[in-house]
Amino acid sequence: MKIAITAQQQEMSAPLDPRFGRAPYFMIYDTDTKSALAVNNAQNLQAAQGAGIQAGQTLLDQGVGVLITGNVGPKAFRMLSAAGIQVYLTPSGTAEQVLQRFQAGELQESKQANVQGHWM
Amino acid sequence: MKIAVASGKGGTGKTTVSTNLAFIANQIGKQVHLLDCDVEEPNCHIFLQPTITSTESICVPVPEVDVDRCTGCGECAAICRFNAIACLKKGVLIFNELCHGCGGCWRVCPEKAITVGSREIGVLENGASYGFRFTQGILRIGEAKAPPLIRKVKEAQNGSALVIFDSPPGTSCPAIETMKGVDAVLLVTEPTPFGLSDLTLAVETVRKMEILFAVVINRCDAGENKTREYCQRERIPILLEIPDRRSVAEAYSRGEMAAHCIPEIRNLFEQLLHSLEEMETQSQ
Repeated sequence: MKIAITAQQQEMSAPLDPRFGRAPYFMIYDTDTKSALAVNNAQNLQAAQGAGIQAGQTLLDQGVGVLITGNVGPKAFRMLSAAGIQVYLTPSGTAEQVLQRFQAGELQESKQANVQGHWM
Repeated sequence: MKIAVASGKGGTGKTTVSTNLAFIANQIGKQVHLLDCDVEEPNCHIFLQPTITSTESICVPVPEVDVDRCTGCGECAAICRFNAIACLKKGVLIFNELCHGCGGCWRVCPEKAITVGSREIGVLENGASYGFRFTQGILRIGEAKAPPLIRKVKEAQNGSALVIFDSPPGTSCPAIETMKGVDAVLLVTEPTPFGLSDLTLAVETVRKMEILFAVVINRCDAGENKTREYCQRERIPILLEIPDRRSVAEAYSRGEMAAHCIPEIRNLFEQLLHSLEEMETQSQ
């Protein structure tokens, strides 16, 4: 299974980025190979709208099954649940730390958006 | 003559100028049509108390997907500039609130799985006030895109001698949509640093649009002289200066037009009408 973590830089020691749609990178950890790769989300940082939806599309295309991030809005959540991607929210930590917390069963799955959409 | 009453800054007096000008022009026998294009917060009706005779629902096109035909190929999501479509493994997910109705998706769909649906964005109301025609658009609450409704409001005009479009504030799409294609723009400002800063932006905008324009200074004897100096330096005609009078503010607070109840203001608006006519003659 692949686990995506929103990160401020492209390494597992980087701090979690609390934003989903406009996080600079997704660290994607594969539990089968126990390795991580970074996916650049730069094209979404400047999106006028729908960044969360596009970010969800990126994760779906990458075959991700679990997302760990800080905040998810309503449209992104609708996209993620339609794509069958489970959402786990945590406010801080490095990508590595939040992954460990997830694997230790310390994070709870979120069943709804935790923040409002941006201006619509 | 079609004019737009606009401003950079909000709250400078666009509606005051639009309603009073329409009222006075009608009083002296001109055929007038006032259209409130500030569809996010139309407020001309407060001063005009119009009788609304027709209401029309305004819709924009949105994609509707036939899930049986959709193969999830992703062509529609790829062409969408507004991130309104996400492609799932089977089928697509559509976010109507992000859709601009451009029609890209239903044109590219190789399976012809997308048909054109519609979504209501607001209503258009037509009526009359003090004997002249009045139109306003009311955007549905929560709707983010005003221009499609503003276009419908503008289409409601049918060649009255004086057509006045009351614009939303600012210099973004809604204001530009309102000002497009008019004969002249009246930029209403107030003599404050904020008023001048936003007037400068509005002037840059109308110059780029190559529309004839002039300035109205509201509450002209309050604040600073810098707005007048700016207009002189930029050779922008000031067609009207409305004095900062308690009586004007009181009329406003009662929902009355100052030109209706204060003779001094009535004279000023008659002069504005003459100045506009002169400006139009000179430009021809």
